[in-house]
Amino acid sequence: MKRYSAFALAREALSNHMGWERAWASPAPRAQYDAIIIGAGGHGLATAYYLGKNHGLTNVAIIEKGWLGGGNTGRNTTIIRSNYLQDSSAAIYEKARSLYETLSQDLNYNAMFSPRGVMMLAQTHHEVRGYLRTAHANSLQGVVTEFISPQKVKELCPILNIDGPRYPVLGALWQARGGTGRHDAVAWGYARACSAMGMDIVQNCEVKGVTSANGVVTGVETTKGYIGTKKLGIVVAGHSGQVADMAGFRLPVEAVALQALVSEPIKPCMDVVVMANTVHGYMSQSDKGEMVIGGGTDGFNNFTQRGSFHHIEETLRALIETFPIISRLKMLRQWGGIVDMTGDRSPIISKTPLGNCFINCGWGTGGFKAIPGSGWAMADLMAKGEPGPLAAEFDMWRFKEGRFIDESVAAGVAH
Amino acid sequence: MLTLECPYCGVMADETELSPGYEAHLKRFGPGSTDEQFEAYMFARKNPKGVHFERWRHAYGCGKWFLAARDTATLEVFGTYAAQSSAPPQALQDKIKAKRPDWKGF
Repeated sequence: MKRYSAFALAREALSNHMGWERAWASPAPRAQYDAIIIGAGGHGLATAYYLGKNHGLTNVAIIEKGWLGGGNTGRNTTIIRSNYLQDSSAAIYEKARSLYETLSQDLNYNAMFSPRGVMMLAQTHHEVRGYLRTAHANSLQGVVTEFISPQKVKELCPILNIDGPRYPVLGALWQARGGTGRHDAVAWGYARACSAMGMDIVQNCEVKGVTSANGVVTGVETTKGYIGTKKLGIVVAGHSGQVADMAGFRLPVEAVALQALVSEPIKPCMDVVVMANTVHGYMSQSDKGEMVIGGGTDGFNNFTQRGSFHHIEETLRALIETFPIISRLKMLRQWGGIVDMTGDRSPIISKTPLGNCFINCGWGTGGFKAIPGSGWAMADLMAKGEPGPLAAEFDMWRFKEGRFIDESVAAGVAH
Repeated sequence: MLTLECPYCGVMADETELSPGYEAHLKRFGPGSTDEQFEAYMFARKNPKGVHFERWRHAYGCGKWFLAARDTATLEVFGTYAAQSSAPPQALQDKIKAKRPDWKGF
């Protein structure tokens, strides 16, 4: 792999930029691997990357049904934050956020992490109490957040209407080192680094079955034939239940659609990320100038990657009240992704009833921000066969034992 | 927009008039059950990509709960029926089977 640098740019300019090599190879799958990851989204690719980087395991294939980064990794609103209430959540999301800080240097690929600051508005007294509690929890966890006044909110984001008639802004939970990243670049950067370590990324290859002998996984049946493996990692988000079914176990997961949309591009007017959970909407401005907008999920099982129209209307109604300036903006594009929701709205990084088969799922509506930390913890689990400190609390048996990581209450709506 | 017929008042109701209630026909387990049974009742869900039976409430209409058969992969609605049913009506199951020959059945 040729490194990207200012020098490389100058060198390639001399040959009219015809000499750039492909970012990753697309080989046919081999017959046997030490480890297979199903799902070449952010989490799957990050898992493979840290398997190689932290554990020296490079005889790895990443198998993808469509194209890499084409699922929720390419469909989210790219918000990165770690201001969670529960200790185990804060630990893994803060690990991810801190890895994002140096991800571009680490991968030699510009992931465009922009720590512009994330504010979660408190618009009811209940929310004020909740976020004060989170801010206190965060200071104990070593996550830098603070509760700020409405005046400070207005200072940081002048286009925000803090005196709305229904839901005036009473304060906000502010994480200055939260922000956004370039979602495709995160997938592409990890893919390039994995390929450079000699791993095989096999796209357009759907898994049709999981084979096992004596309760231990032996391989996968795919549309490109049988591939043997010693270890299997299932990292497929929306279709986790379907792949788990092939491996012979059930998950406490339901798939629902989550939508996002972007407006026409406008001049820079907002350099922070704002989340308004009471009125149900969040917004930031992309480098292209589009306002990137997200809202709530549909309330029913759905695998179609398109959601209900009325949720778009609800989201925009809420945001127009919060940001009156956007009322005449045209919306440019709208899309949906299938998110896997668990009973406590926290992810699962776990061993499974099938030996040497591991699962990473249940990130629900908040997966992008967690990609590096999730991959780090999952690689640790797959390499050692036992969860490390980051993944320990996120096993799939916590539901039976009542050890919930209850972020559905802690995180409000926009998780 | 998803449109379901309320089996009680006969109204073709838009999704905005309804509240979703997720999987139908869950068997309740309480005191005296095993941990596995209680966990399955609380958290394990079929979550199928295909034919699914769900609870819905005609929230902004008659207010009653009813059940619906729907395809989660295409959003096609097969039919709705009363909440006081321990299984989908046979006629509805036959209709689904005719449209989805691969369906494994209720």
